Amino acid sequence: MDKGSEAQKYVWEGAIPLQIHLHESEVTTLPPPPPALVLAPRIGYLPLLVPQIKPFFSSTLPPGTDTVWFEYKGLPLKWYIPTGVLFDLLCADPERPWNLTVHFRGYPANILTPCEGEDSVKWSFINSLKEAAYIINGNCKNVMNMSQSDQVELWRSVVNVNLESYLWVSSKLKLGIAGDEFSVKSNASVIKSQQSNVETDNTGSVKTGRIPVRLYLYNVNEDFDDLEDAPQIDSWDRISYINRPVEIIGEGKYFTLLDAVKSLLPEFFAEQSSTITNEEISETEVGEEQRLPSEDGSSTPRTAEDVGETSCEHVGSSDVSDNAEIKLLRIQGIEPKPEIPFSWVVNNLMNPERFLHICVYIRIPESISI
Amino acid sequence: MNWDGTLSSSEFRIAALAFIEKWNRFISTSPPQWSWALSPKRPWIAAHEAEGYLLLENVFLPGSSEEDHDQVNDRGKQEPSCSGQDDTIDSTILVQSHHDEMHRYDFHIVYSMSYKVPVLYFRGYCSDGQPLVLNDIEKDLPGNSAKLLMESKWTFITQEEHPYLNRPWYTLHPCGTSEWMKLLISTDASRDKHQVEFENYLVSWLSVVGQVVGLRIPFEMLKDSGSCS
Repeated sequence: MDKGSEAQKYVWEGAIPLQIHLHESEVTTLPPPPPALVLAPRIGYLPLLVPQIKPFFSSTLPPGTDTVWFEYKGLPLKWYIPTGVLFDLLCADPERPWNLTVHFRGYPANILTPCEGEDSVKWSFINSLKEAAYIINGNCKNVMNMSQSDQVELWRSVVNVNLESYLWVSSKLKLGIAGDEFSVKSNASVIKSQQSNVETDNTGSVKTGRIPVRLYLYNVNEDFDDLEDAPQIDSWDRISYINRPVEIIGEGKYFTLLDAVKSLLPEFFAEQSSTITNEEISETEVGEEQRLPSEDGSSTPRTAEDVGETSCEHVGSSDVSDNAEIKLLRIQGIEPKPEIPFSWVVNNLMNPERFLHICVYIRIPESISI
Repeated sequence: MNWDGTLSSSEFRIAALAFIEKWNRFISTSPPQWSWALSPKRPWIAAHEAEGYLLLENVFLPGSSEEDHDQVNDRGKQEPSCSGQDDTIDSTILVQSHHDEMHRYDFHIVYSMSYKVPVLYFRGYCSDGQPLVLNDIEKDLPGNSAKLLMESKWTFITQEEHPYLNRPWYTLHPCGTSEWMKLLISTDASRDKHQVEFENYLVSWLSVVGQVVGLRIPFEMLKDSGSCS
């Protein structure tokens, strides 16, 4: 039975310490209630924490019906984005504990999709899983035809952060991605499997190299050296959300994370110069890359200085057209090197709904014309 | 090779422009008219012309009344691709005189890169600008879709973030679209001529999807597209 890779385990065990404050407008008692401290799984969703935090605040809430929502520095948080992704995106310089504000009243329905508790989160998850299945298999029959008990078990495995149970139920969905065998075979075979990105599985359906990816792009105008100086995201309108599959194309060389990002943001790589992809990377180096995320997958991401080394130097100045510069490329709390094989990234760092969520900060000077 | 019922994003653009041209030809008398909106998402890439969506805004749909319900039931019995057959004046229903129960709707047709098909996004609001909640919208929907909605609240109409506008809109889930589009267009004699298909794709598509939200296509337009043969 598949017990998951080491990196997958790190991802599933990953959690963000939250310090949750009740919004002052909802405090009816003196002294105000102390903040609630909870550990939020990376792969989880904020509304799933409500049963845990409600007891901290229930005695002080004004009368009314609960419509719970969270906010970070004035920005209402989208509950259907996994908690780890929100943290990676909104806290360039990771804040621990992460200070969030909870509201039990006054839902901002014009900004956020309504959330009726766990059920809404579950259906949003299933819809995403269906979308991923469609991208991978060209239909979502396997998800649609899931038995009720499997569906419940799958969802419970996410809520309870149970990787083993998740791997067992989700294996029935047959959502293998071309290049899957990467994690167990040698580097040489990877190149082969990448080349044949359209292959036929034993049921006769065509398996493509389409990978479900959601990319969140923050366009930063001001330059900054340290991530702690990165400007705060004050509106969702500052984020471009790119929900577009990546086609793995093998052309005799393996397909890297950078290739994937390039395919999603072609406009920034139009005038691509030669550096990374053409750089000869020896097999041993690849082997090192392969281990890298599992070492870093723990809950201690790199410091800002490290990030500068990985993302800025490698992707930044050299490959992006004109003066646009990738300041941050973060997946599951780490900044993987751009030349890492994309199939490794997908298979190890994807979320349970089978999407790989990538957070990118890009700086484009105001006057630029592409 | 059998066509799988999907479109590429550039084919969607071709289909969209053809649809606008056709719509304006058949409903030239009055607004609302469909138009093509460029994605506001990434303003720094003006050159990326393929990114955009179709929009039809400020459409008045009649609120539910006894009379409407009768119409609705008739419509429900018709074949999907031939709706509006016996009420060709329906185009005029799109614009109605102001009425207490009148609700305005905005319809956007956005291409989904995941499903490779068009997806309908819509929102409704009262004359005072207040957005409508799903319960209000249900009352405006044709009888049979309201029934479907009751039976399958989540897989049918859901509220999701508009992919370009970053705000919650209602949407019809697209996971079955390629399947029924394949059926709908394979009855068409022009099956092999892909160019023709893509130009008529949105007419056929809207003839089905529009029914759910009470947005009807003029019969002449369907006939011209060959979807009703």
